[in-house]
Amino acid sequence: MSQQDLQAVVSQVRRDIVRMVHAVNSGHPGGSLGCVEFLTTLYFDHMKHEPKGFKMDGIGEDLFFLSNGHISPVMYSILARAGYFDVSEMATFRKLNTRLQGHPTTHEGLEGIRIASGSLGQGMSVAIGAAEAKKLNGDDRLVYTLHGDGELQEGQVWEAAMYAAAKKIDNLISTVDVNAKQIDGSTDEVLAMGSIQAKFEAFGWHVISVAKGNDLASVKTALTEATNAAGKGQPVCILLHTEMGNGVDFMMGTHKWHGVAPNDDQLADALSQNPETLGDY
Amino acid sequence: MKKYTNSGNKDTRSGFGAGLQELGQKNKNVVALCADLTGSLKMNAFADENPDRFFQVGIAEANMMGIAAGLTIGGKIPFTGTFANFSTGRVYDQIRQSIAYSGKNVKICASHAGLTLGEDGATHQILEDIGLMKMLPHMVVINPCDYNQTKAATIAIADYDGPVYLRFGRPSVANFTTADAKFEIGKADVLTDGTDVTIIATGHLVWEALQAAEALEAAGVSAEVIGMATIKPLDEKAILASAYKTGCVVTAEEHNRFGGLGESVAQTLVTKHPVPQEFVAVNDSFGESGTPAQLMEKYGLNAEAIVAAAQKVISRK
Repeated sequence: MSQQDLQAVVSQVRRDIVRMVHAVNSGHPGGSLGCVEFLTTLYFDHMKHEPKGFKMDGIGEDLFFLSNGHISPVMYSILARAGYFDVSEMATFRKLNTRLQGHPTTHEGLEGIRIASGSLGQGMSVAIGAAEAKKLNGDDRLVYTLHGDGELQEGQVWEAAMYAAAKKIDNLISTVDVNAKQIDGSTDEVLAMGSIQAKFEAFGWHVISVAKGNDLASVKTALTEATNAAGKGQPVCILLHTEMGNGVDFMMGTHKWHGVAPNDDQLADALSQNPETLGDY
Repeated sequence: MKKYTNSGNKDTRSGFGAGLQELGQKNKNVVALCADLTGSLKMNAFADENPDRFFQVGIAEANMMGIAAGLTIGGKIPFTGTFANFSTGRVYDQIRQSIAYSGKNVKICASHAGLTLGEDGATHQILEDIGLMKMLPHMVVINPCDYNQTKAATIAIADYDGPVYLRFGRPSVANFTTADAKFEIGKADVLTDGTDVTIIATGHLVWEALQAAEALEAAGVSAEVIGMATIKPLDEKAILASAYKTGCVVTAEEHNRFGGLGESVAQTLVTKHPVPQEFVAVNDSFGESGTPAQLMEKYGLNAEAIVAAAQKVISRK
């Protein structure tokens, strides 16, 4: 997909995120907005996947697992815009009887979701299992994950990181959204993690650091590099440096919009910064 | 009263190992994961025969549960193996979110459950695992009684599509069920017919219940013994049919009285046919070091304790 077309998706996905969160006055816009360029590139330009006729086993397809499930608004928008389900369903986000639960789940059969996430730190382990199954099935497609940087404080992530390197899970590409923020403040204030790159490298991963994680061209380059690095005996990690709240000026540069919804005026402001390109749901 | 013969003491974990080995040979989708306890879980035969389908994850149970969940996505049927404590309490949230809530076809196989783990003591003797697992929506909970039944249950759960908790133990105990009996999930085994008292037991306590029934018979009391390998879904029909006949119930399990089989039976009785019930179970405490037999005696989990409970519950009719 051309840069221009991807940018159009980005703009629409940002609108979907703020509109969904505003409608129910709850949800997580900050982290969602920070990952729009990454997920847009992954789903619209990079992965081989089949939105129509969704199959849980995903055999012959690349798979994606969202480990930081609280950024469900961006996930739902991406899946709907990619054609997994109708965009009108976004109007049900977080409402009673919806398939678009506060955090993603499989139990109502929402197309595109293969595991529940929300309680942090579990997605990399699940992705390793899916990657092991691909190897057993002789399926050479890849498995992708996304994690928050604050999420790395969960110990299970490092159990998984150790396993993936030791067992040469080289069909796994895990991306960390390094926005340096979490609910209580900056990651350095809450629990400083030192060098995330050095940690993954020490665990035996091939690490690709992306300074401009909200730049479509940079994301595309990184994903191409990661795919080329796959299959060489090491799991691959992309450290994606992003801006929480990216694309909505008053949500940027702060952790305050982690889990807060915009009011009517703020919504209008956010929408004015992101033109409707593909039609609002 | 029907009598049962012990064909020779065997450990239930070896029944699991034998069942898993058989599954490895006949079902190529079965995979196994172990957290550094391959020998203790008797998983060596499967691991040796199917090295590509065996995943040694090291001492990292949370990761093991997640990997198992992920393997199901590619159509595999994962069996995880570690001690009961590390199969449940240590990884409750991983099981809850990645397996139970996500509806993944993982078989959580847990050895060394209960007091009969013995000398290692309370850190390893989980007495709360049945409760933890049965509270998870749609989780099947099975605690077979001997080697043969554990082997049969291991094989049977591979054909069931959904999460299962399979609980077994370390010590050598009487092996008395039929070797080729097919295991049916959710079906109780009425082992003896009786008219005065119903004894519903699970796991290692089933053999003790049969011994108790013999002692009661000698004292002129007719006991109906029901082996309840599946704690969830519970065979309510079998419980009620027996309770209508005998009018009182003893439950027996190697577990805390809170959260176990007895509590589930009580819920059935109190809502459908209230009769007196006595609980042979651990009375809300942790275990300790000791031999299995010493511990079962000290914590009141043997045939003598079941006889006493039966006499008491009959007196309450």
